[in-house]
Amino acid sequence: MTEVMDLVADVMSRYGLITAFAIVGITVWVSYQLSARLTKGKLHGSAIAIMLGLLAAYVGGVVTGGARGIADIEVLAGIGLMGGGMLRDFAIIATAFGVNTRELARAGAAGVISLFAGVFVSFGIGAAVAYAFGYTDAVSMTTIGGGAATYIVGPVTGAAIGASSDVIALSIAAGLIKSMLVMAGTPFVAPLIGLNNPRSAMIYGGLMGTTSGVAGGLAATDERLVPYGAMTATFYTGLGALLGPSVIFVAIRAIMG
Amino acid sequence: MLVGAFIGELIGLLIGIDANVGGVGISMLLLIAVAAKGQASGRLRPISQSGIIFWSGIYIPVVVAMAASQNAVAAVRGGTAAVLAGVLAVAVSCALVPVLSRIGGEPPPPLEPVGGQPPPPVPDTDVEQSA
Repeated sequence: MTEVMDLVADVMSRYGLITAFAIVGITVWVSYQLSARLTKGKLHGSAIAIMLGLLAAYVGGVVTGGARGIADIEVLAGIGLMGGGMLRDFAIIATAFGVNTRELARAGAAGVISLFAGVFVSFGIGAAVAYAFGYTDAVSMTTIGGGAATYIVGPVTGAAIGASSDVIALSIAAGLIKSMLVMAGTPFVAPLIGLNNPRSAMIYGGLMGTTSGVAGGLAATDERLVPYGAMTATFYTGLGALLGPSVIFVAIRAIMG
Repeated sequence: MLVGAFIGELIGLLIGIDANVGGVGISMLLLIAVAAKGQASGRLRPISQSGIIFWSGIYIPVVVAMAASQNAVAAVRGGTAAVLAGVLAVAVSCALVPVLSRIGGEPPPPLEPVGGQPPPPVPDTDVEQSA
């Protein structure tokens, strides 16, 4: 019996990506069933699937002590490849096929404003929280502020201005919380903030900025909104990493004296 | 996509950070431009279209896999400060969505509701045979 198990495990790790597609496919199918049967379609199937995914990531992290969620379990390593940057970006780009170009152009200005607003607001809030928790130096405040922007902006900013590694770790944690909250929470807040048309999706993407969070959250709300939100969100990390160690750091240092 | 990613890396290099700046967004804009041109001139054959539609359909499973490979433990272990920073940033940004939506006139009407359940994802059928 153990030999058979070994054989199964061997095949599963050798065809890692295929295993990932099979397991994720089953998860998504189960989620759609749950959505239809238990919530009568009120909670989108993909929202359930994403929450199951996050839960699996937590379990995987606890079991293996690794940093890549469920993908740290050897036979499931393919999930890391499937959900990694390469395929994710490629799939997001493919969603752009069929966007309404007129809507995109009309929402362009609002999208750009939302990008800047999102970066500054997130940095401000992160810095304020850092201050409240006793990180009163400008370097730590800016780094944690960057984490409140995205989990990439935080460490990029921190490395640029010489933050300590525990502060950088904290900023990454803040960014991860944000990303996962957006992934799981978007379908619930969408009706409250009018997130049901291309323009508000673009603004949402610009304000939130976490590409994975926005892409996942919008997919769970209404798939057709994904390209609009992802379009602005993808510029956010770049803008944050550009403004963080420069303009925002100088501003926070000026305020803190 | 490769062209967009390259442009993104180039911008990243120009402003001195090691990250892909807007590469995905630029790729999306390129695809939109190419698709619009291709459809207008009738050169985008149905088979290429179904290829692109396949990739955007596979998007949900990819996003689920992405969720499953997040560093969820690190996020939870970050402590109160990290949780508070993350949650507050999301809450305030959410509150700004309706405010900014008013820029540029009345917001467009919501998308029409989709009829019925979305089709089950493509991958599991052909995967089971090959696994």
